[in-house]
Amino acid sequence: MNNSLPAIQIDDLTVAYDYKPVLWDIDLVIPEGVLMAIVGPNGAGKSTLIKAILGIIKPIAGTVQVFGEPYKKQVDKVAYVPQKGSVDWDFPTTALDVVMMGTYGSLGWIKRPGQKEKKASLEALEKVGMLEFKSRQISQLSGGQQQRIFLARALVQNAEIYLMDEPFQGVDATTEKAIINILKELRQAGKTLIVVHHDLQTVPEYFDWVTFLNVKGIASGPVKDIFNDDNLTKTYGINYKVAVNN
Amino acid sequence: MQLTDFFTDYTLRTITLGTAILGAICGMLGSFAVLRKQSLLGDAISHAALPGIALAFLITGIKDANVILIGALISGLVGTFWIKGIIKRTRLKSDTALGLILSLFFGFGMLLLTFIQKMPNANQAGLDKYLFGQAATLVEEDVWMMAVVTGVSLLVLLLFWKELKLLLFDADYTKTLGFNTRFLDILITTFIVLAIVLGLQTVGVVLMSAMLLAPAAAARQWTNSLGIMIILASIFGAFSGVFGTAISASQNNLSTGPVIVLVAAAFVIVSFIFSPGRGLLFREIRFRRNRRELHLKKTLTFMYHIAKNHENVSHPHTIRILNNFQGFTRKTLTKLEEKQFIQIQGSDWAMTEKGYVEAESIFNQIGKDND
Repeated sequence: MNNSLPAIQIDDLTVAYDYKPVLWDIDLVIPEGVLMAIVGPNGAGKSTLIKAILGIIKPIAGTVQVFGEPYKKQVDKVAYVPQKGSVDWDFPTTALDVVMMGTYGSLGWIKRPGQKEKKASLEALEKVGMLEFKSRQISQLSGGQQQRIFLARALVQNAEIYLMDEPFQGVDATTEKAIINILKELRQAGKTLIVVHHDLQTVPEYFDWVTFLNVKGIASGPVKDIFNDDNLTKTYGINYKVAVNN
Repeated sequence: MQLTDFFTDYTLRTITLGTAILGAICGMLGSFAVLRKQSLLGDAISHAALPGIALAFLITGIKDANVILIGALISGLVGTFWIKGIIKRTRLKSDTALGLILSLFFGFGMLLLTFIQKMPNANQAGLDKYLFGQAATLVEEDVWMMAVVTGVSLLVLLLFWKELKLLLFDADYTKTLGFNTRFLDILITTFIVLAIVLGLQTVGVVLMSAMLLAPAAAARQWTNSLGIMIILASIFGAFSGVFGTAISASQNNLSTGPVIVLVAAAFVIVSFIFSPGRGLLFREIRFRRNRRELHLKKTLTFMYHIAKNHENVSHPHTIRILNNFQGFTRKTLTKLEEKQFIQIQGSDWAMTEKGYVEAESIFNQIGKDND
């Protein structure tokens, strides 16, 4: 990648459903190679920010650039892990099949996945520790396993940037450790990771970069510099300690 | 009617073939509607087609099946994309939008139909057959038309299989991979509208959505693979058409459309009860068997706790001691004795060596599962 360009640059981004703005005038520069948490209270627009970056939601104003270009031109460089609850897990398909979907983007229209794609998908399944469940109907997987399947699907995309919407939601401690280890490995390989995160206590341990969001952008930078009471109070209001303890 | 009539009677053969093809295409495309949670869209589309039927006749003045089909198609498409527009642009939920467009279009269609019936024109009779369908009016030309549309939609399905599957499972993700979800949505919706419009002549506006949903709902019960589900739905649909036609032909005065729908409903009922994985019957059997097994295990581990405090595990205890534990019944005790886990003598029970080992392993297993 071109070192002079940030992984993602957001300028003046405003998003609204109906009348109320969900994101207001966001300016954000995410450098390449960081493992970044997006934190903020419920309704702060964290998921919306990710969806706006991915072009799922059309902003009212502002631009998003991925390595200096609009998202549309960079789809092959970005992988997405949606919230687990965003799909119907009773869909008639297997774990391997879902992971294979991660290869569809690079295949493009009409072309079917072949041996190469299957091999990559099996490797991704192995990486998330789900190889033995490859033929399992997805409704028979536990919540943590479903989350791992989604992660594996993003891994086969072999992207430069990974956007993840609450990948730790509803998973047990073992799965959480397994997932964070994979994320750290990806960062080691030079990838950029952007993770919507709820557990403030684990932010310093898991992440090296953080963005505070509450409709407006509060602060963004290295965890060691800006993850402090001041910014937490600005983001969560005076009761942020309650938020931390929950 | 004789069975051989099916192969010799030209009209009957045409109708049977037509309803079979119709059932197949409806099953195929209905699977998409069901999996996209748009089951009611089919109902709205078929009702929305009615004003198109009436307007096509009013404008051209002729009762040509093809002209009427085009009218139904246009009005069905307008209704469908109107519904989608309402959902997207207003705060109304999809059920409200569906109900609104369904009744609005159907009401307008009925109004036009009554208007047409009062016209001083001998030509107008028979338009109301589109309400409940009349399979007897199917001619070879119609069957060809259905076959061609089925062929084309099969081709499109195979061509865009990967993309459509992705869209069904995770539409947002499809978009992030760079696929044009709008195009895919319009593609699949247009074919669903086409299938419905083709069925109006046979099954009618009111019952058409059942043709779309019933085979797909039945098929879902038997498989966990999307491909097999669609194939099964087509087969169920086709058989509904064939059986329905046969039943209605063998009994006078039974209208074909409703009979086809009832046969399709029979497929649904059988599937919901008897399918091995998701069916109610086997689920209940599994549930009861599990519960019985748990009872046994629980009773046995309870006995284990008592027995392990004695040097001799086979020390007899009175059955009454189990009374403060709710799970045991006479039947469980007999079952346990059958398995040689315990011995019963009068009002006493004693754990066997085998039972002790079994109980220990169950106890350890449960402990591990909870970790």
